[in-house]
Amino acid sequence: MNFITIDKKDWAGGIDRSRKTYRVFGPVQDENGCQIKPLTPDLYPLMDAGVTVMSPKSVLFPQTEKMLTATLDASREDHHIMKPVEKDDTLRVVLGIRPYDARAILLVKLNFDNPDYQDPYWCDAYAATTFVGLGVNRPGPCDFSTSTGCGPFSEEGLDVLMADLDDRYLAKILTEKGETWAGACGFDTTADAAESQALFDILRKEAEKNITASVDTDQLSEKSILDLHEAPFWDDVAFSCINCGTCTYVCPTCWCFDIQDETKHKTAVRFRNWDSCMSPLFTHHASGHNPRESKVQRVRQRFMHKLKYFVDKYDQGIMCVGCGRCVASCPVNIDIREVCTIMNNHESK
Amino acid sequence: MENPYVPYPVRIDDIEVATEDKSLKTFTFVFQNPEDEEKFAYKAGQFAELSIPGVGEIPIGIASSPVEKGFVKFTVFRTGVVTSHLHNMKKGDIMGIRGPLGNWYPWEKLENKNVVIIGGGFAFTTLRSSIVYMLDPANRSRFKNIDVVYGARSPGMLLYREELFDWEKRDDINMHITVDGTDDPEWKYHKGFVPQVVENNAPVADEDTYAIVCGPPIMIKFTQPALTKLGYQEHQIIMSLENRMKCGIGMCGRCNIGKELVCKDGPVFTLEQINQTPKEY
Amino acid sequence: MDTCIEKIRAICADLLAKGEVQKVIGFAEGSIPMASRPIAVTSKDDVEKLVFNATCGLNLANYVSDALPKEGKIAVTAKGCDSRNLVTHMVENQVSRDRLYIIGVPCTGMVDKRKIAALFEDEITDFIEEGDTLTIVSAQKKEVVSKKDMLRHNCRMCTHRNPVVFDVMAAEPVAEQSLDQPFADVDQIAAMDPEARWAHFQELTKNCIRCYACRNACPLCYCPTCFVDESSPQWVGKGQDKTDINTFHFLRAFHCAGRCTDCGACVEACPMGINVRDFTRKLNKDALELFGWEAGLDMEKRPPLDVYSPDDPDDFIK
Repeated sequence: MNFITIDKKDWAGGIDRSRKTYRVFGPVQDENGCQIKPLTPDLYPLMDAGVTVMSPKSVLFPQTEKMLTATLDASREDHHIMKPVEKDDTLRVVLGIRPYDARAILLVKLNFDNPDYQDPYWCDAYAATTFVGLGVNRPGPCDFSTSTGCGPFSEEGLDVLMADLDDRYLAKILTEKGETWAGACGFDTTADAAESQALFDILRKEAEKNITASVDTDQLSEKSILDLHEAPFWDDVAFSCINCGTCTYVCPTCWCFDIQDETKHKTAVRFRNWDSCMSPLFTHHASGHNPRESKVQRVRQRFMHKLKYFVDKYDQGIMCVGCGRCVASCPVNIDIREVCTIMNNHESK
Repeated sequence: MENPYVPYPVRIDDIEVATEDKSLKTFTFVFQNPEDEEKFAYKAGQFAELSIPGVGEIPIGIASSPVEKGFVKFTVFRTGVVTSHLHNMKKGDIMGIRGPLGNWYPWEKLENKNVVIIGGGFAFTTLRSSIVYMLDPANRSRFKNIDVVYGARSPGMLLYREELFDWEKRDDINMHITVDGTDDPEWKYHKGFVPQVVENNAPVADEDTYAIVCGPPIMIKFTQPALTKLGYQEHQIIMSLENRMKCGIGMCGRCNIGKELVCKDGPVFTLEQINQTPKEY
Repeated sequence: MDTCIEKIRAICADLLAKGEVQKVIGFAEGSIPMASRPIAVTSKDDVEKLVFNATCGLNLANYVSDALPKEGKIAVTAKGCDSRNLVTHMVENQVSRDRLYIIGVPCTGMVDKRKIAALFEDEITDFIEEGDTLTIVSAQKKEVVSKKDMLRHNCRMCTHRNPVVFDVMAAEPVAEQSLDQPFADVDQIAAMDPEARWAHFQELTKNCIRCYACRNACPLCYCPTCFVDESSPQWVGKGQDKTDINTFHFLRAFHCAGRCTDCGACVEACPMGINVRDFTRKLNKDALELFGWEAGLDMEKRPPLDVYSPDDPDDFIK
């Protein structure tokens, strides 16, 4: 793998050059802290911002996304025939994505790109996107990403991993996509590989030391689904929950969605929206029956999905990358780290 | 890349009121593009999303049989927004069908076996598909005895009545038709609930006998002990589950029972499998 | 305020030990700095879990209906605003007075967690509250500030810090605030020209992700099915269309008119920092000016939009 060094004085110029071929996404500040958003030509990514409230999953999986459309105008030959909407699958790059968020995209990929079905909306967006990560030098108190198979300098899912060295970025080019992006920016000052890797290792170790929170997940796969499902602790876990969708919407790995139809004049549109297992509507049958009618059933579903069903189904660890967003944003302080520990340590009677 | 969300365009070729209370109608669809019919190759037990542009989609079991060509049939209970809209549609209207989706009854495993079909109320659609499939001259010899227990509230609530009475007359299928009650003096079939009729009439299980059970939860609940009494093991009881679905292809996340997705890993499960998952259906 | 926690614990231990209540709803210490968590304590051995501090900004009235056992009583710790929402619950027949044991907690206000977070560029690692002094620490620095300066807006505007209904008080009542301009924020928005006002509300909701944390944290929002969740007919679209988002916020606010106690739970819960109170405060002001009404003070009266009076001054209703 080759390394390049990017003087911060050249950073904005490089981004500007890349705008000819890429739509650029990155962290920007608004009144609610930092968000990953498309950058208009006058905007540059706020690389040293903290963790964004919302994860970058929306770059590939917008909260509301048009899928199909049809005309309802009976005078048209193709009336009532649904067709995919035109999509913009030109190249895009996400700058300053955190390493755990890149791993999250790989976990989400397991759902949208599987041997039986490929979701073209997600898959095409994924294929068009380059992920330029920035190692997290100072992880925050909610970060437990070293327990989830990644960490502050994890490379998985990234095309480029950069390290912030005050006056410059040191960038490790991990894929061809990453190389193409660096080329488009005109970043071509190579750095010594061995030296650079050593520097990355030091930074990684320093950063990992700052992560004080951890969870054990080693026992989860051995537990029985039914034992965990019937375990006595769920009422306590769920008591404070108000059943809002915050945890699921801020989560980089939550992929569930709803499909809705709307009509405007003579056009029908089918689109999808993020959905949440916290909502009773999620599983409400038309008959009125609801298999997850109570709050505790829904809370249990969220944690069972992330920490047990996913573990069993994919053998890729838990469906959580340890970003801590749900911990920080939950209005009632339900902490997935505590729940994971309870589940991991649960002994059936 | 194939877009699994795009429905095949179909035309409503026929609409038939299926029950005396008019809450069920059977829709016959013809594919607008003949090549789509081939792509829609299905097996008995699968379902599809009926797709009405601007209104929505609804997962419905396929009631026609793979051996019936040139059309597909669905019997739909009017209950929510999409099904109510569908009930008001007319012959000739254009809409969409997406599928076939989900797994099917385990036809490979059922070869050279006795098959007992047990259905109640309007959960008889994929069972009709299965019966027509098994009775097809090309297939009948692949199965041993076929028994069918089917019950509804009243004679007028039985689906596919003409076919039922035709099958009744055949000697290669044992029909046990029942109604909860009727004051029709001409009624010559069973009276009573499905579980009781099963207990009294269904064959005792040996290792070559399988039961396929579809019906309302209350029927299923009481049919299970009847089957157990007759010696059916959990792996010999095959069921089809329903849950709220949207995508039908295992991506939108809502229809799971444990780690299984009813839309993709199901809807057909054995009781043995179901008993190993949380009962969230 | 931390002085009253020992009294709260003692009261709860006693109630649980004597079996007078089946559980106590209160707050527990959170797992991260500046957080607290609603909790149900069922054993006297667990009362040590209870805390009360300036981070207990949710409204516990939101929990009583669900937590109520089939028979018997539960206890709930109640700040001024929680107690007013308990009154509202009782007036609206959500819970009856004899099922509740209310432990009144005089309140000197809850902190604005966003305001405190904004003092730091990095994440807060420690938060210590001692009387009016808050010590807040991050990896980069330590700030010592006065709690008074960090209060939430609704707490600064609060004129009912003491519980209005209780079975026992956990401390002596605190002095109530008197305000020269109780609705300065509303007046400021009202003074805008229509375009600017519309722009203000468009800007206000632009980050809404429709998680419904505001609604679900609100003790008033107990409808079995909220209008946004109805599917037949479906009143509101489910996507991120501005019109649908605003429809939710506008209608929710109107549904709370004359019932809202300005407890601030909605704003506390919102992960996107939306000041939902910009909607509800206007209606609170109207309720006060048109009907002389403040919600949750009177056990005998139903909210003004809930009643018909023959001597109503408005013509349209006659």
